Amino acid sequence: MNIPSDLLYSKEHEWAKVDGEIATIGITDFAQGSLGDITFVELPKVGAKVEQFSNVGVIESVKTVSDLYTPLGGEIVEVNTAIDADPAALNTDPYGSGWLIKIKLSDTAQTQQLLNAAAYTDIAHD
Amino acid sequence: MTSERRTALHEEHLALHARMVPFGGFSMPVQYEGILKEHDAVRHRAGLFDLSHMGQFILEGSDVATWADGLTINEVATMKPFQARYNIFCNANGGAHDDVIFYRLPDRWLLVVNASNADKMWAHLNAHRSGDVRLRSLHGDAALIAIQGPLALEMLQKHVDIDLATIKYYFCAEAKVDGVPVTLARTGYTGEDGFELFLPGDRAPAIWRALLAAHEGEGLAPCGLGARDVLRLEAGMPLYGHEMTEEITPVQAGLTWALKLAKPEFIGKAALAKQLEEDSYSRIVGLKMAGRVGAREGYPVFSGDVRVGEIRSGSIAPAVGNANIATALVAKNAATIGTNLQVEVRGERHDATVVTMPFYKRQKTERKGDR
Repeated sequence: MNIPSDLLYSKEHEWAKVDGEIATIGITDFAQGSLGDITFVELPKVGAKVEQFSNVGVIESVKTVSDLYTPLGGEIVEVNTAIDADPAALNTDPYGSGWLIKIKLSDTAQTQQLLNAAAYTDIAHD
Repeated sequence: MTSERRTALHEEHLALHARMVPFGGFSMPVQYEGILKEHDAVRHRAGLFDLSHMGQFILEGSDVATWADGLTINEVATMKPFQARYNIFCNANGGAHDDVIFYRLPDRWLLVVNASNADKMWAHLNAHRSGDVRLRSLHGDAALIAIQGPLALEMLQKHVDIDLATIKYYFCAEAKVDGVPVTLARTGYTGEDGFELFLPGDRAPAIWRALLAAHEGEGLAPCGLGARDVLRLEAGMPLYGHEMTEEITPVQAGLTWALKLAKPEFIGKAALAKQLEEDSYSRIVGLKMAGRVGAREGYPVFSGDVRVGEIRSGSIAPAVGNANIATALVAKNAATIGTNLQVEVRGERHDATVVTMPFYKRQKTERKGDR
């Protein structure tokens, strides 16, 4: 299972890549594997203000529907619109073309509540 | 997590890195490579399924046929040797205990029941046992392997000592597969042509491996319960616990073709005849969602402001242009083909249309069917 060392992780199996006050967010390789073939993703609107760990969307796979939580709070500045046409990118490239949202962080100190790769590895199993 | 029983093919699934889930009391593969890939294999090439979790009961004795006719809605005694027939055991209210297949063999009957109902059905059969009827459960010991898809016949033929083309749809035969005696039936639950192999559990792993090794290059893929559920829903086949339950009758499920009211007394007959006659019952319909949001089991269904029913099964349907399809139990006045309904998904209403089932029908070859 792929758990890149330069990312931060939530217990809900999302990842965040923080670059200054902007964070890119997606779901982990473990999460996509658990969900199976992803068929549809519902993302928040650009401009929406979201709280850390709040529900910001929905991921549908062939078998299940699962909520998407944001590991960090702030304002949505971009969503991955290409995902709509190619939701399978979440399965094939969860840390790359399968990214979901970019957030302008309200409080960069929130990153302290996330896990590093080593700590996430401990919880990323069935 | 480890309290579930294992099928004879458990080690094969682990070696193929299947994701195992508890189902019907067994640890079963839900997927190997992925549900969509496996679905594609079955629709265009062939898929191999472990269905050893299903209940297999052997019925013997001179009274089996008449006895079974008193417990089921379809006809048993009229079955020809080597014929297979879909049937339903009902309760006195007409609700379904289980939907099953009877296979008539020269000296015995094979009854295949749903895994989740196997214990209930074993108790039901024994509670009603009478006359010259002997029951034997092979549940969990015997194996069941299905090979399904347009290339299934061609692939399986290379391993069998009889001409598979001579077996008609919903018929079976006794044959040897790679030297192992099996009961081999032209039945399935995918909407494709294919065969089901009933065989001793201890011989199953070798046959499973031989079939995969010989035909993987031609596109035979191991398939899990996830793909099986999408395939059966596209093909409009009911799944017990969804389209039919102890409360939802075969009449409501649209299975009236299997209800033989000309038979003398059988459990549920009066209730089903009355329901059919009154024709006011809520019923299972097929729905096609207008958009990309999926309808899932339990979601409420509306016609305008009126709640008319609920979703019973739902999935994306690769063989129906990736539409979101579903079954719903709805009031009679909302069940006409072409009716526009709304499905409530996470608090929002989404348009759906009542469509004819099955959603998917394969291109028929020269095959003959009896159902």
